[in-house]
Amino acid sequence: MAHLNDAAAARIKEICDSYAHEKTPLIMILSDIQNEFGYIPVDVQEAVSDYTGISVPEIHGVVTFYSLFSQEPKGKYVIGCCLGTACYVKGAQKVIDQFCEILGIQPGETTEDGLFSIDALRCLGACAAAPAVTINGKIYSRVKVNEVAGIIAEYRQKGGEA
Amino acid sequence: MSKVNIKIEGVPYQVEEGITILQAARQCGYEIPTLCSFHDGECSRGSCRVCLVEATGARGLVASCVYPVSEGMEVKISSPKALEARRYSVEVILSNHASNCQACDKNGRCELLHVAKLVGAREDMFKGEKTETTYDELSPSIIRDTSKCILCGRCIVRCEQAHGKGVLGFINRGFDTIVGPVNNISLAESPCLMCGQCVSVCPTGALMSKPEYDAIYHAMASGKHVIVQTAPAVRAALGEEFGLPIGTPVTGKMVAALKRLGFEKVYDTDFGADLTIMEEATELLNRVKNGGVLPMITSCSPGWINYGETYYADLLPHISSCKSPHMMQGAILKSYYAQQKGIDPKDIFVVSIMPCTAKKFEKERPQMIKDGIKDVDAVVTTRELSDMIKRAGILFNKLPDEEYDQDIMGEYTGAAVIFGVTGGVMEAALRTAYYVLEGKEHDPIEFKEVRGFEAIKEASLEMGGMTVNVAVTSGMKNAKVLLDQIKDGTSKYHFIEIMCCPGGCVNGGGQPYIRHCFLPNENLDIIDNYRQKRADALYSEDERQAVRQSHNNEQIKELYDKFLGEPNSHLAHELLHTTYQGRDTFRVGSVTQKESEIPSRVRGHRA
Repeated sequence: MAHLNDAAAARIKEICDSYAHEKTPLIMILSDIQNEFGYIPVDVQEAVSDYTGISVPEIHGVVTFYSLFSQEPKGKYVIGCCLGTACYVKGAQKVIDQFCEILGIQPGETTEDGLFSIDALRCLGACAAAPAVTINGKIYSRVKVNEVAGIIAEYRQKGGEA
Repeated sequence: MSKVNIKIEGVPYQVEEGITILQAARQCGYEIPTLCSFHDGECSRGSCRVCLVEATGARGLVASCVYPVSEGMEVKISSPKALEARRYSVEVILSNHASNCQACDKNGRCELLHVAKLVGAREDMFKGEKTETTYDELSPSIIRDTSKCILCGRCIVRCEQAHGKGVLGFINRGFDTIVGPVNNISLAESPCLMCGQCVSVCPTGALMSKPEYDAIYHAMASGKHVIVQTAPAVRAALGEEFGLPIGTPVTGKMVAALKRLGFEKVYDTDFGADLTIMEEATELLNRVKNGGVLPMITSCSPGWINYGETYYADLLPHISSCKSPHMMQGAILKSYYAQQKGIDPKDIFVVSIMPCTAKKFEKERPQMIKDGIKDVDAVVTTRELSDMIKRAGILFNKLPDEEYDQDIMGEYTGAAVIFGVTGGVMEAALRTAYYVLEGKEHDPIEFKEVRGFEAIKEASLEMGGMTVNVAVTSGMKNAKVLLDQIKDGTSKYHFIEIMCCPGGCVNGGGQPYIRHCFLPNENLDIIDNYRQKRADALYSEDERQAVRQSHNNEQIKELYDKFLGEPNSHLAHELLHTTYQGRDTFRVGSVTQKESEIPSRVRGHRA
């Protein structure tokens, strides 16, 4: 807790307070923090515990349970490969393997230049688009292995642009 | 509560509405095997799936520890379907469980092994991958071995109760799920209080106290002068390990056993407790007289000290500077005793028999080591002592009653004996404070206001022309209430007793396990009243003592006359008092540090 800067601590308190009326606010609080800060390290989990009264181990349990949440900073572009049943039978494993091979990282990791992270996702609910990939919210439908390099190149080109 | 009619195995019963099938069955004379349920529902989550039964009105089999009874329900515990389901449940648990039972410290007290036998589990029914193991032995008090964890969640619930904020939780998901502190760091790097309450509920060997037998046997073999001291709460519970009814005081047999184990001297930590009262009561009266920091809080419980240092660093001046009784006694053994006996303190090895796992940590505190000499060298829990006795082939129940060694520090008072139960330190201190302020003994001797197992007990007592307000609590969830009052400036108390374990040391993390399945001769309500029974054993010993106030202990007086001078003297401060230091909660690095950069001090992966 001591490691958080004042602005971050104040913002986290604001997020916690905004759900004060909810009976079970934890997932919503963590989603907001994940979206805004990009990751939820233990210091932040402790801050959330202080503001909500929910124990640190319980918060940590939720953070490590859902693949949506991360304890490490994510890359600028977060590639989410759906490995739900429909995507899986449509060859999603080969798609994610291709992303991993080209970027040289494993699911859950971030490239050294901080540009890309890969997440293995449970069902996105977009089974008609199987195998589906999301990059920062944008959905790519029926992705083929030979399209992966092109998708990566597209974002490489954007590079550090906002 | 209204009643409902149910049938178990076709036999009609009337039971309370709303209770679980497991509770109802127990009342009707059945013990359904279970692993996650504990203390009649305290920790039930239905997570282990071992207590499955057939119940009408339910779809499929139900977990009896969470499923409530209802009017007209017919329960089948021993139908072929239920028997087979329970066997499968246990076999699935065993498939991801370390199978080195003969080398496990829990051997003989393992609920999983017990249940496996009950359901008739077959060997290697489900072979396959096993979850990666974390073996964490960095804490001086507790070993965490996830290869034995069955993910029942008992420790998580108990940790949050005893600790208030909680340290243990589920981490990850599915097959990778383990129980541990955040990021699976070592307990030693977490805000763990080392109280051992998690150990006392763990059904398997996943959480165990860290034994120190080898250091003791080695000290004996190398010719050291090995002295043992026993805490008050041990005598109230040790008998349970030898099948004696809960609440049987076994002081005399315990002393006899220790003499046969090869200790040169067997002393009672109660002498140290009397000494603590002399120091602590004097400290309190000085604070009151000289406008010192109030309320003053007791310092006997190392679990509480760990909590205070972690979460209330700004309140540390409120904590009495007195070392805990066994540390005081160790310090006196290595100074005054050594001097009297003409033994080099380096050649003295002090062993403390404690109901506590946090004492193992406490003895390693730098403040407890002077010039490389520890006040106390080894701490053994009540359970571990019973193992030492059994290992030596001693038939405990056949032992005669013997007396503690009487020289130098053999005398102890009733006030010291009751240290082992919540409210005991307070009562002992009040007996002496009253005498100091009034010039006469309190009549009656007891201060019953501070007895009992309520969350917070308080009393206002007239003595010496002033009103002394005191409060007593145990379990950090309760203590937090009193500590927040101090922080807010609204605390009305002069003196507060805080014990880490709920109920005090009689319920310490090193005490014998309380399990229905291993206590067939105890009543069903033993789960609710074992603490009271152990407390009664201590209060009855207090009543039997000729001397019942610490200030009337003749050997304590002699210690002050010959050696220490007076309570809180310079020498007393040097030997018997200590300091505290604030510390971090989860020591996992700064906010910018990546998880992968966090030094993992959790020792390796044992196959």
